[in-house]
Order: sequence, then C-alpha cells, then structure tokens
Amino acid sequence: MITLLGLFVVIIGFTLRANPLLVVVAGGITTGVAAGFSFNEVVAMIGQFFTDNRALMLPIILMVPIVGVLERHGLQERVAMLIRRATAATAGRVLWTYQLLRGVTSMFGLSIGNHAAMVRPLIAPMAEGAALVRSGTSSPQSRDEIRAHAAAAENVGNFFSDDIVVAVGALLLIKAFFDNAGVAVALSDLKLWSLPTALWVVLVGWWRYRRLDARLQKAAAAAKERAP
Amino acid sequence: MTLLTLDLFLVGCGVVLAAVSALVAWDVTHPQRWGSAVFWLLLAVAVGLGKWLPPMAVGYAVLGLTILVATKRVGAPQFARVDSAVLTKRAEVLGNRLLWPVLWVPVVAIVGGAGLDWVKFGDVSLVNPTQVAQSALGLGCVVGLAAALRTTGERPLVAAREGGRLLQLLSWSLILPAMLAALGGIMAKAGVGGVIAGLVATALPVQFPLVAVVAYCGGMVLFTVLLGNAFAAFPVMTLGVGLPCIVQTHGGDPAVMGTLGMLSGYCGTLVTPMAANFNIVPARLLELKDDYAVIKAQAPFAGAIWLFNVGVMYGCVY
Repeated sequence: MITLLGLFVVIIGFTLRANPLLVVVAGGITTGVAAGFSFNEVVAMIGQFFTDNRALMLPIILMVPIVGVLERHGLQERVAMLIRRATAATAGRVLWTYQLLRGVTSMFGLSIGNHAAMVRPLIAPMAEGAALVRSGTSSPQSRDEIRAHAAAAENVGNFFSDDIVVAVGALLLIKAFFDNAGVAVALSDLKLWSLPTALWVVLVGWWRYRRLDARLQKAAAAAKERAP
Repeated sequence: MTLLTLDLFLVGCGVVLAAVSALVAWDVTHPQRWGSAVFWLLLAVAVGLGKWLPPMAVGYAVLGLTILVATKRVGAPQFARVDSAVLTKRAEVLGNRLLWPVLWVPVVAIVGGAGLDWVKFGDVSLVNPTQVAQSALGLGCVVGLAAALRTTGERPLVAAREGGRLLQLLSWSLILPAMLAALGGIMAKAGVGGVIAGLVATALPVQFPLVAVVAYCGGMVLFTVLLGNAFAAFPVMTLGVGLPCIVQTHGGDPAVMGTLGMLSGYCGTLVTPMAANFNIVPARLLELKDDYAVIKAQAPFAGAIWLFNVGVMYGCVY
C-alpha cells in the first residue's frame, strides 16, 4: 500500500486546488522515495524523464511567436470577419464542423492542428465571430464558454477516430501489447471496433454544440431584456 | 549523419525561451521581474541543453522551477490590450494574407511527415526517420514564422515579444505535460499500476460478465484520470483486469475489449487535470478565467461516450 502514497499526495493536492505543478512534483518525489529510491536518485529520474519528454513543449513554444505576431496585425478580427459572411454559421456549427474535420483527418493518422496552431488563431475566433453575428452581443461568460467548447472540439475530434484507416498510434500500441501478452488479435478487427464509437462521437458533438447554441441564444436574449 | 535532428529544434525552443527571459529581465515594470526571468532562463537551459546535461542537473533545475512557481515568484505583467477597432483596421490592411502563415504549419508538417525521410544528400539524411513527424512540425513552425514576419514586415524581436506574452500566460502549465510524463514513469517504476489493478479485481464481483466489463471500462477511466494518460492505463488495466476477468473467465473477444477499453480511457482523459496538455494548457492559452473550464465543457461528452462504449462492449465482447 505504501506504493500508493504518491497517488494520495496527488489526489489530496488536486482536491485542495494547490498548484498542479507543485502537486505533480511532490507526488513524483513521494512515490519514488516511498519505493525506496534516494532523493537524489528521484531527482535524477525526474531530470531524465523531463529530458525525454521535453519535445511535448515544441509545438507550443515554436507556434506562439507566429500566432502572436499575426494577432498584432488583426488575425482574430480577420477570421471573425470572414465567418460573418457565412450567414448559416453558428458557434455550434463551426465547432461541429471542426470536430468532424479533425476526426476525419485523424482517421488517416494525420494531425491538422492542436490548441496553439488551430484553436487559438482560427477556430475559437470563428466560433466567437459567428456567435456575435447571431446574437448581436457577447459577454465574457459566453466568450469563455465558446472557447472552452472549441478546445473540447479539438480534443474530442482528436481522440476518438484515431487510426481507423491508417494506424499510426493507439491501435498499434494495443496490437503490440496483445502480441507481447501472447494473445492473437488482428489489426483490422481493432480498426473495425473503433468505428461505432467514432460515429457515436459525431452525434454526441451534434447534441452538445446544439445545446451550446441554445444557451448562447438564451443568454443574449436575457442581456437584451436587461438593456433595452 | 542527420541534418535536422529533433534536438536542433529543441535548441531553437531554448533560444526562444532565453529571449523571453531577457525581455522579462529588461522590463523594469514587470511585477515579478527577477523570479520570472530566472524561471524562463532555467527552462531555456533545461529544454535547449537538456540532452547534454547530467539528468540530476536537469532534475534540480526542474525542482528550482517548481519552487519558484510554488512561492509565487513567477507571473505575467498586465499586457496592454490593443483596441479591437484598431486591430480590425489593421486586419483590413493585410486581409487573408494573415491566414497563410498559420496554414503553412500543418501543410509542411503533413507533407513533410510523409516525405522528408526520403530526402538524402549522399549518406547525410535530412531528418532522423524515427523523428519525422516532430521534425516536420518543427520545420513547419520555422516556415510559418518566416512567412509571418515577411507578411507583416515585423522584426524577429516582435515575434519574441509577442510569443513571450503568450508563453507568460501559459507559465507553469507549459512544463506540466513533461512533468506528468515523469510522474507516470516514476509510478511505473514503483509498480503502482499492479497494486491498483489488484485492488479493482479483488474488490468487485467480477464473476458476473457485466460487472467485469464495467470494472474494466471504469478502471480505465479511473486510472487514466489518476495518471492523465490512457496509454499508461491500458497495459495495467488490461493485464490486471481485462485479460483475466473478461477474456480468460468469460471467453471475451480481446479485439473488442482492447479497442473499447482504450476508447473508455480517452473519456478519462477528457475529465482529468492530469492530462494537462489537452485540458489545462488550452484553458490558459485561450485566456479562460477558470483553469477547469475545458474539463467542465468536456464532462458531458465523456459521460455519453463512456456509456456507449460500455454498452457496445457488453453487447459484443462475449
């Protein structure tokens, strides 16, 4: 049970809303020391894992200068203006379309974007622009809600249709795991059984973004009543 | 011999971070000037030169970052917002040309990811075949930055300043994903996964087929929530619960079980702060007031998708 000590540190830390970085580092050190490693050994392990995984930061660090420069020249405003021409667009429809596009490309193992490269510069401004045209007003709350759903569209589109046509990630990992465990599975079966959830996710997205549009409409109507 | 290694792009990241540090140190009005300058400098060294430093030195650097953050010595100044009307005016000048640099990034990343490993000059290859995707993305960012500077006519210093503004919004959340990978690695070395899988298997009546399916899919969620990574949860739960309780006891189909089990794990990814790069980093990048706003928006998705996965698995696995 002492092995789980670090996990309890993590759970308690997140429950108390302590800084997540502090929680994670404290949890790692607790786990390592509880497992019998010396403090310096644990620090060296943290250093090694950090070095091995620091490429996770690359897409963000190299992307933000591009986005920052373009935003100074009105990128978000331009995107919002473009979407205003599409009269059928709503925040929800924009996000559903992006989720579909993200899902279809990830079926082929391709990634067209992430939060830094697509959502902040293009998708969130599009959805916000569409909502502004529809309701004529915007509030910080509805702005935050649209942006949170834009991040959700990216994640949901990314996760649930991985590898269905061309396997590059998750399904290969599953296959490798079963191979190592001596259980025979065919990659084509794994692809087949990924399909129902991928289709279901499209429906779930349709439901969630419709609800988002309805909430935005209601908030806008309420705002108009308050300020005649 | 390889021309564009991933390490080269990471040195580039280190240069960007060092520039941010210098700009912070230069700014006399910065509220947490020295703490922040040290934070970005330490991170620049750890990211840019990490491969050539002893792991313990990187470890202590990361510990230093954590202490600076925990004692609230790292922050971002109040950035003056350019008025939206001014930006709309500026947007009219460049029009759609503003979009191209952003679109160049995925185009170069996808095309390069498919073809760059074929490029060779004699026995010197352009990219390392095992790092094609990441190298192509790095190359895409370099192309995008060049295009952005050319289109707007700005100097590189402006790119560093504007990039630094966004990086300071991210602050500690930028290194959280790498630290979570470290936590997962240490937990794997300590054998945490086996203990949890054992607990799930002994605490529940898994002799009933439905209970076995719910225990496996629920365990995937629980474990993904705790570790922040479905890939880390999968081998543990499948060895500890899936294979013994579903395949061996009830003769379940491993392909159905494995696929839907992994997809159940993703539902956990949608609702955990431990999956920082998917949930916490975007909340900060999009300047949301609540760090948990993305998780809250995703919770109904996760619930609906998880129930569907359990239903399909129960209906088809046996």
